Amino acid sequence: MSTRPVDEKLAREFGLNAEEWGRVQTIMGRQPSFTELGIFSVMWSEHCSYKSSRVWLKELPTKAEWVVHGPGENAGVVDIGDGLTAIFKMESHNHPSFIEPYQGAATGVGGILRDVFTMGARPIANLNALRFGRPENPRTKRVVDGVVRGIGGYGNCVGVPTVGGEVNFHAAYDGNPLVNAMTVGIAPKDRIFLSAAAGIGNPVVYVGSKTGRDGIHGATMASAEFDANSEEKRPTVQVGDPFTEKLLIEACLELMKTDVIVAIQDMGAAGLTSSSVEMAGKGGVGIDLDLDHVPQRETGMSAYEMMLSESQERMLMVLEPGREYIAEEIFRKWDLDFAVIGHITDTGRIVVRHKGVVEADIPLDPLADQAPLYRRPIQWPVPLPVLDSATVQCNMPNDEALLQLVACPDLCSRAWIASQYDPAVGGQTVKKPGQADAAIVKIEGSNRALAITTDCTPRYCQADPKMGGMQAVVESWRNITATGARPLAITDNMNFGNPEKPEIMGQFAAAIQGMAEACIALDYPVVSGNVSLYNETEGKGILPTPAIGGLGVIEDAHAARGIAIAAHQDLVLIGETAGWLGQSLFLREILGREEGAPPPVNLVAERRNGDFVRQQIAKGVVAACHDVSDGGLLVALAEMALAGNCGFALDELDKAHATHAFLFGEDQGRYVIASADASGLLEAARAANVPARLLGRTGGNELTFPGGSSVSLVDLKEAHERFFKTWMS
Amino acid sequence: MSLRAGIVLFPGTNRERDMAIALAKVSGGREPVMIWHKETSLPPLDLVVLPGGFSHGDYLRCGAMAAQSPVMRAVKDFAEGGGHVLGVCNGFQILTEAGLLPGALLNNAGLRFLGQDHHLTVAQTDSLYTKHYTQDQVIRVVLAHGDGNYFADSTTLDRLEGEGRVAFRYAGADGAVTEATNPNGSQRNIAGIFSDNRRVLGLMPHPEDYVDPLMGGTDGLPMFTSIVEGLAA
Repeated sequence: MSTRPVDEKLAREFGLNAEEWGRVQTIMGRQPSFTELGIFSVMWSEHCSYKSSRVWLKELPTKAEWVVHGPGENAGVVDIGDGLTAIFKMESHNHPSFIEPYQGAATGVGGILRDVFTMGARPIANLNALRFGRPENPRTKRVVDGVVRGIGGYGNCVGVPTVGGEVNFHAAYDGNPLVNAMTVGIAPKDRIFLSAAAGIGNPVVYVGSKTGRDGIHGATMASAEFDANSEEKRPTVQVGDPFTEKLLIEACLELMKTDVIVAIQDMGAAGLTSSSVEMAGKGGVGIDLDLDHVPQRETGMSAYEMMLSESQERMLMVLEPGREYIAEEIFRKWDLDFAVIGHITDTGRIVVRHKGVVEADIPLDPLADQAPLYRRPIQWPVPLPVLDSATVQCNMPNDEALLQLVACPDLCSRAWIASQYDPAVGGQTVKKPGQADAAIVKIEGSNRALAITTDCTPRYCQADPKMGGMQAVVESWRNITATGARPLAITDNMNFGNPEKPEIMGQFAAAIQGMAEACIALDYPVVSGNVSLYNETEGKGILPTPAIGGLGVIEDAHAARGIAIAAHQDLVLIGETAGWLGQSLFLREILGREEGAPPPVNLVAERRNGDFVRQQIAKGVVAACHDVSDGGLLVALAEMALAGNCGFALDELDKAHATHAFLFGEDQGRYVIASADASGLLEAARAANVPARLLGRTGGNELTFPGGSSVSLVDLKEAHERFFKTWMS
Repeated sequence: MSLRAGIVLFPGTNRERDMAIALAKVSGGREPVMIWHKETSLPPLDLVVLPGGFSHGDYLRCGAMAAQSPVMRAVKDFAEGGGHVLGVCNGFQILTEAGLLPGALLNNAGLRFLGQDHHLTVAQTDSLYTKHYTQDQVIRVVLAHGDGNYFADSTTLDRLEGEGRVAFRYAGADGAVTEATNPNGSQRNIAGIFSDNRRVLGLMPHPEDYVDPLMGGTDGLPMFTSIVEGLAA
C-alpha cells in the first residue's frame, strides 16, 4: 500500500480536498510521505478538527463559577462541593453503529469511559441517547438489538452502571441511527489529570491493549456520508474488549495515586496520531516516537497502519523521568502492555521512526494552527408556521387517546432496553431508569448525589432548529430540577447531516444559537461536547439532533424526588398551559400529522417555575415531581401512576380546558407535583407569581378523567409495555 | 462486633465495593480486606467472599479461568477446613467451576443479560447466611447476569433438595415459584445453593445491593446481619 504515489488523488481518497492537499504541501515544503499524509488527513478530518463547526461552537457559554475545566480537555469538569468534581462528556458513535451495531455501540461506551478516567475520575455512571429508524423498517430491529446488546455488553462488564437514557424512533434515522454515549466520573478537585505534555526528555509511554489493524481511518469514515456500499466499511469499525478496559481503569487509577504522571490521554479517534499530536501540541513541545516499541497484535504493520489504527483500550502517557518502573509495576500487575515508545523533545515537531527510518516529521504548530477552518455557507431555517390548536379536530375520547399514546414507540416502556443494562453495580444508584426524571447516583462516602439526564426532542429541532436547541437544554435542566437537584452544566452531542449543504449548516447554527440563549438564561454552561456531521445516507439526512447531557448535584441524596405517586396526595400543575399541539406526539400519533411550530420556550418563565419547584422540594413539601414533556399533561400523569402503581382522579375542568389541547398539548416549563399539602403549595406559588392549579387527587386503581371516563392501571400498564414485548418477541 | 471478612479480587471483578459496603454496614464500619487473585494464602478470616463481576472477561466459560487462580487453592483449603465462603453472581459461577458447589450456570434462557429487580423465596433458613429470614419469606433483590441459568442433573437436584441445600428460589411478588416467575431458565427455579455443610453459599442475585432504603431496598440486609451475628467474635 505504501508504495503508492503520494499525490492529490491519494489525498482525496484520504478525505482531503484539493485546497487542503495544497496546504499540506506548503507546510511540509516537500511531498509528504504516505504516513505523513495519513496523519494530516485524520487530524484534518471533520471528526478530529471540527473544521465546519468550530466557528459556531464558540458561541456557546462555557464558564461559571463552578466550572473547573470547560471544552478543550478530554471531558468537562465541574465542582460539586466537598472537594470533589464531576467529570463528564457525551460522544457519538453513530457511523460505526450503523455499520456494525454491537461493536459500534460497545466501543462508543469504551471511548467515552476513557475520556473520563484519563482525567483521573472513577466512572460512576453511564447514560445514552439513541435514535433509531422506523420500527417497520426491517433493518431497525437488528440495529436496536445490536446497539442495546453492545451498550450492555461493554458497560456491564466494566462495572459502570447504566442509569439512564432516551430513545426515539423516526424514519429520518432509517439509514443513520444515532448512538450517543455519556459517562460521568468523580475525582478529587486537586487530582485532575490533563493532557498537555511537558518536560524535555520525559518518556512517552504506551499502555493498554496491543495495536492491530482495526479502525484504520475510522475518523475519516466518520466524516463522510454513507452510500449503498457502506457495508464495505465494516473493517474500519473497532472491536471492543471491556475486560481490558476494566483493567485499564483500575491500573490508571492506581497509578494516579502516585506522582508519576505528567500528562495522559486516551487513544481515541485517530489513535496514536491524535493522542501524540494533541499532547505535544497542547504542551508546546515536540515528540519523538519509535514505533518499533509499540506493542503489536499483528506482524508486519507499517508506520502508517500503527499511526492510524483505532484499536481500543489504549492510553498514552508522559511520565516523570526515572520513575517509569513504578508505572510498569502497576501495569504488569494488571497484565497490561507497557512500553516506552518515545520521548518529549524541544523541536516542536512530531518525528515518527520505524525500523530506523523516519516515516514522518511534521511541524506541530502548523498541523494544528493551519488546520482547515470553514465558515460554510448558511441557509437559515424558516421555522414552520404556528398551528392553531383550535383548528385541530379529534373525536377520540381521552382514555382511548391516552392508551394509544403510551403504547407508541416514542412513549412506551423502555424496560426491555433498561433490563439489559446493570443499573446498580457500585451500590450507589438511588434512582434507576423510570423512577425519576433524572438518574440519581450517590457519591460513595458522601451524602451528595448527582442528577444526570440526556435529552433532545428532534421533531422540535426539525420544525425550528433554534427553538429545538433551546428546548433540549431546558428539558435537561427541568429534568434535573424535578428531582430537587441544582443543574450545573451540560455536555452536548451535536448530530447533524452534511455541513456542506447550506440548509444543514443553517440547522446547526440555529440550534447553537437556541442552546446558547438557554444556557445563558439558566446559568447552565457547556463544559464538553462532540460534533457528529455527515449523518446522511444516500443524500438523506437525519433530524437535527443536538443531544444534551445534563448534570446537577443535590446535597442530600435522601432529598431527591422521584415520579412515583402514592395514595392520598394532591396533584398540582406548575406552569402555564395554552394547549400547544404543534409538533406534539398527540398530533403525530393520534392524527398522523407532523405539523406546526414546536412549543415556544419562555426562558424567564422556565427559570422562575424551575427555581420554585426546586425550593419546594428543598422545603420537603413535594412527594413526587415529574416534568411535562412528550405527550403532554395526561401522559405525564400516567407515567407517575405507572411508576407508583397508583391511580388518580382528576377534577372537572371548565369548558375552556376540557380539551385535547389542554390534556395533550406540549407547552413548556411545566411540572406535575404530588403533595400532601396542595393548599400550602398553591399559596407559595401565588406568592412567587408562579402559575399553579390543583388537578386532582391520587388513589385507587384507576385513572379517572374529567367527564368521568377512566382507564384501569392494568390496561395502562399493558398498553405501555406492549410495543417492545411484541416487536422483540 | 467485628467480622473478619475478605473479598477476593480477580481481574474483571466489579462488585467488590457493593459487597464491602454491605459488610462494613453490619460490622461497625470495618472494611473487609481485599485479596488479590495471585495470592497463595489467606490471612486469618471468618468469611471469604467471591464477589460479582466478569472475571477474566468471562471470555472462556464464566468463572472457569478464575477458578484456576492461585488464590483458589487457598480458598478451597479454607472451605474444606470448615470455613465460610460466599459467592455472589460471578462468585457463584467460580464456586461451581472450582468444584466447591455442584452444577453449572448456563446462558440465560432468554439469551439476554438481565438487569432488574426480581423476587426470591428463602428456601432454607437453617444456615449462617439465612437465619434472619423466615422460611419461605419473599424478598426482592437485584439481578445482574447473563449466565444465571442453574443446571445440574436430576440426581444432583434431588439430592440438593433432599438435603435442604437449596437456599433461594426465583419467585413472584406473591411467593409463587412457577415457570412464569423463573427469569433465566434455572432448574427448579434455583437461585442459590449450599455446600453439604451449608457453609459455602453461591447465589446469582445481589443481596449486597439492597441493604439501604436509599438504594431502593433492604431485603438483602438480613443476610449480612445473619453472617455477622454468627461469625463476629
